[in-house]
Amino acid sequence: MSKIFTFKNDVDTDQIIASQYLLLPNIDEMKGHAFESLSDTFASEVKPGDLIVAGDNFGCGSSREQAPSVLKALGVQAIIAKSFARIFYRNAINIGLPVLVSPELSDAVQQGQEATLDLSAGTVTVEGKTYTCTKLPPYMQRILNAGGLIAFLNQDTE
Amino acid sequence: MGMTIAEKIIARAAGVPEVKAGEIHTVTLDRMMSNDGTTHLTIDMYHNKLRHPHIADPSKVVFIVDHNIPAENPKTAAVHKKMRDFARENGIAMYEGKGVCHQLMVENYVCPGELIFGADSHTCSYGALGAFGTGVGCTDFLYGMVTGGSWVMVPETLRFNLHGKLREGVYPRDLILTIIGDIGANGANYKCMEFAGDGAHGLSVNDRFVLCNLAVEAGAKTGIVEPDEKVKEYVESRGRKAEHLFTSDPDAKFLKVYDYDLDKIEPVVACPDFVDNITPLRELPHVDIDEAFLGSCNNGRIDELRVAASILKGRKVKDCVRFIVSPASNEVYLQALREGIIDTLLEAGAMVMNANCSVCWGSCQGVIGENEVLVSTGTRNFKGRAGHKTSKVYLASAAVVTASAVAGYITGPESL
Repeated sequence: MSKIFTFKNDVDTDQIIASQYLLLPNIDEMKGHAFESLSDTFASEVKPGDLIVAGDNFGCGSSREQAPSVLKALGVQAIIAKSFARIFYRNAINIGLPVLVSPELSDAVQQGQEATLDLSAGTVTVEGKTYTCTKLPPYMQRILNAGGLIAFLNQDTE
Repeated sequence: MGMTIAEKIIARAAGVPEVKAGEIHTVTLDRMMSNDGTTHLTIDMYHNKLRHPHIADPSKVVFIVDHNIPAENPKTAAVHKKMRDFARENGIAMYEGKGVCHQLMVENYVCPGELIFGADSHTCSYGALGAFGTGVGCTDFLYGMVTGGSWVMVPETLRFNLHGKLREGVYPRDLILTIIGDIGANGANYKCMEFAGDGAHGLSVNDRFVLCNLAVEAGAKTGIVEPDEKVKEYVESRGRKAEHLFTSDPDAKFLKVYDYDLDKIEPVVACPDFVDNITPLRELPHVDIDEAFLGSCNNGRIDELRVAASILKGRKVKDCVRFIVSPASNEVYLQALREGIIDTLLEAGAMVMNANCSVCWGSCQGVIGENEVLVSTGTRNFKGRAGHKTSKVYLASAAVVTASAVAGYITGPESL
């Protein structure tokens, strides 16, 4: 089972990881600061396999790939939002972090609830109710299935 | 079926006669730019993750150190050194401390009709010259650098027909903030914002830069002003060619068309913590400030420095306010020196920094403390963007920022 962490609309990448940490040497040194301005406990409480559920326009703002990367490094299994800002969406797929669109999930669930994600079916089940997410375009699904764009590139150049 | 400017640029880059919004195409990139915000991660991936590391065409790649320059601690210094060494080893052009990346790209590289990836969200600025610039992360950038290409989904286009002229004391920054307020922070998500009409053609290249630069704050993939003779003159005066001045066909398909009468636009302020949280300046309640910032890729060019100097002449920055100015590039800085603008700024009590991202980036210069208030010509006013998470950022034009630095609260120059 995965624990749900909820976020509202228009969560920008400065909140996911603030500018002052971006030039640290690597993602592992940055990840403890994820969502620092919004939550004192997220980075210490999130466990591998947990889910982020958010409203509209998740990941707006800067193109910093550190934003999806710190979430992936903390073990976030997937992000399910009403909608995503485009650069964040593309970056997440490129690093192999599943991003799913569900218009209803964020209004239906609460922080701390338990959920089961079936990634291949694109469904999330919370307290017996199953929510179906929008499928990725096939080209992007191929990148995600490969484990991200670099793995996709390495396949190509084999 | 006719094509939009964005569709024509992608069709050219894909080597096909026609593309339509919603299609995914593989493209050859004309140019790629990366700055010190993420390049160290790109270089680590290049060395550690690639099966066959190589660079398709180093002449298309530009590295620019502009975010934390000069380096403020050993970790940043290491990031910059990593960029410098990699650029030298691979024959990549490298700029350090010469200005904000997008300003340098427009001054030195961007040509109309090009498709450009930049590892920075404000790469959409290149639409000022009729190019399709879009922000990407470092993995996308790495893929582009290695293969010379990428994939793009062709965006739908929102067309903004601009009519007439802005009134005196109203600036392109007020116009684009007004538009973002109208359509919302995701009002152009995944889309191209295309600007045309007599009001767009009346704007200078610098003014067009202001419009396109903030397109991403409405979620747009890019912003493009229909290129014309002014664009041709700008790039040819800098020794570059204007081969592809694309305009949308009369039967091109726009998702939506907006009309704006420029003489109806008034000075506005984007209030914390969202760029679409727009209030007309005349309706803003009294807001005391601790710091004012003039600069950034959005608003640090000679036009804005002239506005600031005209307001500051014979006046002083309020005692309790830090007024920080960072020209967008050394070319801008030198021009300001020649015009005596820097003298005026310093005599008034401003701090003039080197050309860099400065306060807008929130991690290098002029970071603000707990509960402090900044009025800024920067690009964003997100929670904690300029420092402490309880601090507040208001966005406004150079005129309002400068007048506020004198008054100590947010106001326009007419009230001084």
